[in-house]
Amino acid sequence: MTAPFYVAPEQMMQDRADYARKGIARGRAMVACTYDQGILLCAENPSRMLRKISEIYDRIAFAGVGKYNEFDQLRIAGVRHADLKGFSFSREDVDARSLANQYAQMLGQVFTHEMKPMEVEILVAEIGHDSAGDQLFHILYDGTLVDETGWCVLGGEAEAIGSRMKEQWVEGGTFAEALQAAVDALAGPDRTLVVSEIEVAVLDREGPRRAFRRVEDEDVTSVLGSNDTDIDT
Amino acid sequence: MTLPSFRLSEDPGPDFAALVRRMGLSPVVPDSPVDARLTVTHGTTCVAVRYPGGVVMAGDRRATSGNFISHRTIEKVFPADRHSGVAIAGAAGPAIEMVRLFQLQLEHYEKVEGAPLSLEGKANQLSQMVRNHLPAAMQGLAVVPIFAGFDTARSAGRLFQYDVTGGRYEEFDHASTGSGQMHASTVIKMGWRGTLSADETIDLVLRALYEASDEDSATGGPDLLRGIFPVVATITSSGFERLEDADLEARYLNILGQVATERGGSR
Repeated sequence: MTAPFYVAPEQMMQDRADYARKGIARGRAMVACTYDQGILLCAENPSRMLRKISEIYDRIAFAGVGKYNEFDQLRIAGVRHADLKGFSFSREDVDARSLANQYAQMLGQVFTHEMKPMEVEILVAEIGHDSAGDQLFHILYDGTLVDETGWCVLGGEAEAIGSRMKEQWVEGGTFAEALQAAVDALAGPDRTLVVSEIEVAVLDREGPRRAFRRVEDEDVTSVLGSNDTDIDT
Repeated sequence: MTLPSFRLSEDPGPDFAALVRRMGLSPVVPDSPVDARLTVTHGTTCVAVRYPGGVVMAGDRRATSGNFISHRTIEKVFPADRHSGVAIAGAAGPAIEMVRLFQLQLEHYEKVEGAPLSLEGKANQLSQMVRNHLPAAMQGLAVVPIFAGFDTARSAGRLFQYDVTGGRYEEFDHASTGSGQMHASTVIKMGWRGTLSADETIDLVLRALYEASDEDSATGGPDLLRGIFPVVATITSSGFERLEDADLEARYLNILGQVATERGGSR
């Protein structure tokens, strides 16, 4: 048996981070932002069946970018965590902060101890009873947990999308303004996104107990208007 | 509480009850008859009646422990999800626990799988829960539910009655459970027609619960003094909707007037 080569810890972490980042950058990005009546989640996603955005609990939503099977596994773990917690205690005791912490722990563990880091970036969003209570927790592949305010971008090209979002997004804007900003930020100046390639969902502040709602294509079209739905030729 | 994670072969999938068992949160089954040593609180009469637009579900508000009234305002009719409801009779503690688990089971499935269960699938899930409860039922903690819902695939209301072993029986016109079941279902049987409107069905169900409370001491009647009325809900294409107490009060005043008229002043 030969002794393994010595690899400096810095190098090892760097390699893993590069590996994870590359994997994430291959997929398409998503944007989340707050608006007057809730939180909008908008992802570029050509699939109708394999969702990037989904419901975790009454007021909590989940979004993931990167490798589908990996973030879907995290999503299911989150649903289980939330439902078990609500069952053992009460529905009010389920909160995004504790879930985001759990995710951060798990991703951090995998990043340092497993062969391969997870190639995912996830978002846990919770709608508050007023806009001050809205929460966006952004968790990176290595377990870094960021508490974002107003909006956040996940995935490759996050910087470019983020700078466009910064220009367009207005605090306390309407749903239509938020959606327009998100879609424009995702598309960039040289592309136009087709409605069938974007997945949109909201957490609705004034809605029923389960605040999560998917926004149908027709409603997205009616907000964006026909000019954004044409494929650029 | 940490994130639950399982090896692939042990993954409970979308089954919340299995997840609860795997996490060691299931209640312990008593090893001797509970009701021989303790008085167990019991919930009593619930009915569900089908009409062309859906289903009306109702339950009285009384819970008894032996010959005592233990609660006057217990609720035995619950929404199971948007388009279905569940009503329970039997040992109140385990019954309410079963309803909570059933509600979560449906919601959990929907979230994990990304699509809701079919109405048939929901009815079968409840059947399995009642079946799993059999060891506790043998110790005196029997729970017997009714399940009703609006089948969006067929655009019609459907009813399911259960027995203590988890036997599941689909009923065409009405279903009932609990100690006042016999009296309530007789009233419904006499008054039921396939063409009843939602309004007429609600009145029939209220009359049935009134007659059950008149004959069965464990069933509570309308309490005009305290303003306590049965829980009544309609389940239609627009979902589970509970009726307001003010509406029920008006309907009961009307029914009591009718009863008085029928008696023609004789006491």
